[in-house]
Amino acid sequence: MSKNREIPPRWMNWLLELYCSKDLLEDLQGDLHEYYARNIKKSRFKANLIFLLDVIKFCRLYTIRKPKILGQMTIFNLLGNYFKTSTRSLARNKLFSSINILGLAISMSIGILMITYISELLSFDTFHEKGERIYRVQSAYKSVSSPTSSDFASTSVFIGKKLKEEYSGFEKVLLMRRNFRADISKGENTIPVRGHYASREFFDVFSFELTAGNPSTALSEPNSIVLTEKTAEKLFKDKQAIGQVVVSGEESYTVTGVVANLPTNSHIQFEALMSFITLENRYSASETTTFYDWRSIWMNYVYLLLPENADPDLINGYLRDIAVTENAKTDRYQINHRVESLANLVPSQELSNQIGPSMSWKGIYQLVFLTLFVIVSACFNYTNLSIARSLRRAKEVGVRKVVGAGRNQIFTQFVFEAIIVSLISVIMSFGLFSLIKPFFLEIVIDNNDLITMDFQWIHALYFVAFALFIGIVAGILPSIVLARLKAISIFRDASSVKLMKGLSLRKILIVLQFTTSIFLIIGSTIAYRQYKFALNFDMGFTTENVLNVALQENDSQLLIPEIEKLPEVSKISRSGMIPNTGEVWSEEIKYKDPLDSADVFVNYVDKNYFSTHEFTFLAGGSFPYDQEEGVAKFVVVDELLLKRFHFEDPQSAIGEVITVDRRLEDLKLEIIGVVSEFQYAKIHSESEPVALIQGTPVDYMHLNLVVKTDDVVAFMNKLEEIWSDVDRIHPFEARFYNELIQEAYNDQAILFKIFGFLAFLAISIATMGLLGMAVFTTETRQKEISVRKVLGASKKNLMFILSKGFIVMLLISAAIAMPLSYLFFNEMVMADFVNRIIIGPIELLSGVFIVFTIGILTIGWQTGRAARANPADMLRDE
Amino acid sequence: MKGTNLGEFEEIVLLTIASLMSEAYSVNIVDEIASITGRKTKLGVVHAVLNRLEKKGFITSELGEPTKERGGRRKRFFHISHAGKVALMKAKEQRDRLWSNIPELVFQGIR
Repeated sequence: MSKNREIPPRWMNWLLELYCSKDLLEDLQGDLHEYYARNIKKSRFKANLIFLLDVIKFCRLYTIRKPKILGQMTIFNLLGNYFKTSTRSLARNKLFSSINILGLAISMSIGILMITYISELLSFDTFHEKGERIYRVQSAYKSVSSPTSSDFASTSVFIGKKLKEEYSGFEKVLLMRRNFRADISKGENTIPVRGHYASREFFDVFSFELTAGNPSTALSEPNSIVLTEKTAEKLFKDKQAIGQVVVSGEESYTVTGVVANLPTNSHIQFEALMSFITLENRYSASETTTFYDWRSIWMNYVYLLLPENADPDLINGYLRDIAVTENAKTDRYQINHRVESLANLVPSQELSNQIGPSMSWKGIYQLVFLTLFVIVSACFNYTNLSIARSLRRAKEVGVRKVVGAGRNQIFTQFVFEAIIVSLISVIMSFGLFSLIKPFFLEIVIDNNDLITMDFQWIHALYFVAFALFIGIVAGILPSIVLARLKAISIFRDASSVKLMKGLSLRKILIVLQFTTSIFLIIGSTIAYRQYKFALNFDMGFTTENVLNVALQENDSQLLIPEIEKLPEVSKISRSGMIPNTGEVWSEEIKYKDPLDSADVFVNYVDKNYFSTHEFTFLAGGSFPYDQEEGVAKFVVVDELLLKRFHFEDPQSAIGEVITVDRRLEDLKLEIIGVVSEFQYAKIHSESEPVALIQGTPVDYMHLNLVVKTDDVVAFMNKLEEIWSDVDRIHPFEARFYNELIQEAYNDQAILFKIFGFLAFLAISIATMGLLGMAVFTTETRQKEISVRKVLGASKKNLMFILSKGFIVMLLISAAIAMPLSYLFFNEMVMADFVNRIIIGPIELLSGVFIVFTIGILTIGWQTGRAARANPADMLRDE
Repeated sequence: MKGTNLGEFEEIVLLTIASLMSEAYSVNIVDEIASITGRKTKLGVVHAVLNRLEKKGFITSELGEPTKERGGRRKRFFHISHAGKVALMKAKEQRDRLWSNIPELVFQGIR
């Protein structure tokens, strides 16, 4: 025990050990302990104090342990040297350096495009102060007949009310409904506005700034409207907006707030907000409304503001309980709800009925995957050329090693060199990025105003990090190869350093590059052919020369007589929607058996519809007259509907009555005609039964004109004149049917453009790589060629010898790429398309053909040059 | 390096090391200085000076054998090097010459 007492407190010892360098520690500590042993005889406290003071006093420059990193500081001293040798070697080999830098720059411009795009998407909704506590209730709907459920961003008013009234644990429950549309006017001035209905919690939950009005009461009264600054300015010019009454049809609204213009990175966008209570008053008056139903999940949104540290799973529990009770009441469908945090709304999982713009993670992953393809290809170039040329750097490596450089240092040097190249590239790629940005915004984002892709300073940081990453990826393989070189073998006989491993690796990389190029070209060919196929698909009716004019809730009877007078218009019909443009309407239809109902696609059309679109009747004909008031009496059905309800032949169906499910009184319709099967939905889905129901004026949304004119512009002007006599508020909207179809298949056009663009990039990069390799091979074999030539080899012979290796590689990549892309597109991308092209040899060989042509031209150019060279020039020095 | 000049305290430490012969280690040096000059020197100061002297090349050091004292930690023993000896001699010579230049008159009455 007495001995133990002579030891100073352990923590003081530890303090000394913390800073003191190892070689001083032992005797220093010994000295202090000796003193301690002396002092403790007087007083323990005093001894401790002196010990502690001494420990502190010994903390001097020479006693402090040098951090380990300082031992490796030589790297930093060497960086200057690395920089010098790297830039010199880059400057010496201008061709290879420019191939490397250009290739990386091209691919990195795509990379920084993606970085900007994704970082912008991730910035969505980050400006809400209470953002972490905001959740949205989402729905999953599954009808009995379908095996899977589909997810919706929307939900029911029912669930919002239920949570608000019967459950606690939320700070706020916000109810919203989309599609608020009105033409509001103040005096002479009328403007159309779009927006949402929102309950009064809106401004408590979201941090949209009100420049005028009280945020907590702005939406609490019926017929209150909140405008954005932009809208208010349009309507009131310079005058004060707040408190003003605006008129819309028979209703009048009071402006109770003006909200500052919305940030573009918000998933909620609007020109105006109408108080939710306006809607509730409207619907509570009607008894037949489905507004408060459990199943009305298509239009409404519920946002929850939870208290601090609340557990969203608790809410999910409530939602499950509600769903269990409510789903028990029906056997036709199942609805389930869960909450999703604000951060996961953009980008989100794949959801229908979004309230505003969104992008699914799946789409982002696809873009990232394609981008990586191109970037990796450019990295291969760097790796390839660097390894190929590493023989030239071997002497340098040898000298460095002899002088004392370790493997790590050589490795660092060459990675550093790669990073320099990638930093130069990222600067160039920023220029390229500015060039391709407008195209990207136009083609892929479809000029959506919300995505601006503006440069922010934080991006500079991302770009540099990206450049470092690419530098390391591209430089790692050549660096390993070079670091592994043995000094002794370099000096003994430089030619014995064969880099055998690197050689086969290089071949693999080239093959991979060309496989990628071929794959992408095949992809773009297939996407293009499928797009054309969709446009030219035989839909079972004619769309040629059909011009669709959007009625925008005007009375068709006012327009038709005027339009009919135009000599260019031969026929006019009216319809509810336009088939095969992605829009679908459906109704529940029954035949004799009241329990056997089917979801059937419908369109409301007039009697001329069949002649304007040249439908083929199998039996019967069009409606005898148009129903200008009251309810529809007739229906024309297609073959598939007959099959669905087991009619024996078209003729037997004529005169039969089918029933459309309606809430109050079912609609009984007599089948008056049967048309052959036609394409109603977009062509990648299976054809389904369709009923063309006799329309009434409220059902019509479009006029379909059959037009024959050589001067479309003049004709459109005439139409617009007629239009503006009838409707002064809404701009005239008319599109040719074929244009609408083209738009509907725009996603495929985009796919084709992206694939095409990436294929172009990939092939340019691969060609540059091939060029580099061809130059390298011919240079190193120059002597061999000369000798062969002297001995009598013909030019053709020489070119064959030089190109042989490359041709074999091209053949191998073709052999890999063709089956791979066939499987990819046939089994994955287009597997569930019903109507699609058959991928045949033309599509597959197109890529191979293009790549071969470019490849052989490149190789031929180099080998031809080498074969033509005068052997005397080459061998003179020997 | 600032040259081979010896500071006053450095000279004392160097002399002490020379006088202690093979027993010169830090604690001993501090004690010896204290007993001869009466100065209460701190261990840290002596350590710093030893470090400096070693850098200047006037002394060399080696670790001794572990003993029972100090928890088995070894002592670092210091020896005066040739350069150290030369420096001491030089310093002494300079002083001797200065002494010899002083007329006896100056110190009259003190002894």
